[in-house]
Amino acid sequence: MDATPADAANFEPRITAFVCNWCTYTGADLAGTSRLQMASNVRIIRLPCTGRIDPMFITKAFERGADGVIVSGCHPADCHYTAGNYHARRRFAIFRELAGFLGVDPGRITFSWVSASEGAKWRDVVNDTVTRVRALGPFTNFRRMVADPATVSAPSTEVK
Amino acid sequence: MTELRELARRLLSEGTVNAVLGWEEGPRGARPAFVTDAAGADRLIFDPRCVHNLAAYLSPRRPHLKQLGKVAIVLKPCDAKAVAGLIRETQVPRENVVLIGVRCGGVLADPESTEPLSEATVADRCRGCPDREAKLADHLVGTAGPGFPGPSHRAQKVEELAALPADQRWAFWQAEFEKCVRCHACRQVCPMCFCERCLADKTMPRWIESSPHNRGNFAWHVARAMHLAGRCVDCGECERVCPEGLPLGLLTRKVAQVVADRYDFRPTDDPAVPAPVGTYRMDDPQEFIL
Ligand code: SF4
Ligand code: SF4
Ligand code: SF4
Repeated sequence: MDATPADAANFEPRITAFVCNWCTYTGADLAGTSRLQMASNVRIIRLPCTGRIDPMFITKAFERGADGVIVSGCHPADCHYTAGNYHARRRFAIFRELAGFLGVDPGRITFSWVSASEGAKWRDVVNDTVTRVRALGPFTNFRRMVADPATVSAPSTEVK
Repeated sequence: MTELRELARRLLSEGTVNAVLGWEEGPRGARPAFVTDAAGADRLIFDPRCVHNLAAYLSPRRPHLKQLGKVAIVLKPCDAKAVAGLIRETQVPRENVVLIGVRCGGVLADPESTEPLSEATVADRCRGCPDREAKLADHLVGTAGPGFPGPSHRAQKVEELAALPADQRWAFWQAEFEKCVRCHACRQVCPMCFCERCLADKTMPRWIESSPHNRGNFAWHVARAMHLAGRCVDCGECERVCPEGLPLGLLTRKVAQVVADRYDFRPTDDPAVPAPVGTYRMDDPQEFIL
């Protein structure tokens, strides 16, 4: 699963970002209009609120080939809908541990709060995530399921 | 048992309820029973084979009991937590049901078992269960055994799994998910899975691929675990009915631990305690958020 150094050199991670319309999307836009230089591996999907970001979105992104996922929205107390991010925070906390328990490296998922004025923070979040996921290598877990059914049927690690 | 039967007979003959839902002797061990006349009250039993969580019949997705009007239901302390969940989530009006609590000192893992109740045959969720009677009940009957000491084997396995490297955990779950035939029995039996249309049945968009392939199976088990976060009462029914023997209790346990550690919530038979998902505190921990 770990990438060899050669792979890592050629590997451009595909990162899917689910962001809220009001803060992070605007912050990312600011990063763009300010011409901040950042990694270009991220594809942004804009949603009304982090409260609208279902863990199934993250699952689907990985299923469909993402190497990493960013989920970002308004800081606590800044939510356009008052409490969407508070609800999301609990859901993400649980999802993150569940995903880890199922064997997904938590390093592939970044959660952040980025406000409309934090263009530079968005750049840092993107660059951090790309660097981290690059080091983890391609996320082949789902691809292997299709490519090599034998991998899937391999005997489980015995836990008694 | 006489106490239970007499109470059921009285509730039915006085017309307090139109049906009593409990357990009876079936051809293969204990099974759920709907008693609709006072004479039938003698069919009711309660012993360690009464494993089933009958609260599932109360959920609005299943019309069986609704058609009968006001009903009474026999509950172990753990089943009462599911009823409390249904009341909390406004699925069952409290005044529509009479709750008959049976005092409980543990049940068998298998309702068809002919073995005596022992450390080896007890259902895993009973290991360390502190509840001997349901506080929510309108009536309490029977006497409780002493119960069984914890920790549960499931909780221990969760810890062992959590200690493995991520790729080994992935391999473990892939091998388990591989067995899943997506019969959705785990959903059907669950008292808290009461959605009229389950995410697994939705096609526009299709969040969970419908074929029993590991890709869809992974999504299914993520969805189920997430939807039951803070709602699962650890009744173990999903794992018991799974025809393929998936260790679903490991997932529900893991999530329950996260919810307990982070939000100090444990399944309770008090419907007034708010659910941990759908509520929040402004100062919830967020150490994982940049
Ligand atoms: S009961 Fe078992 S086989 Fe059926 S869908 Fe649930 S986990 Fe899969
Ligand atoms: S998820 Fe399983 S253990 Fe939890 S309430 Fe539903 S059937 Fe019971
Ligand atoms: S799995 Fe989720 S959507 Fe399906 S019935 Fe259960 S709670 Fe509802």
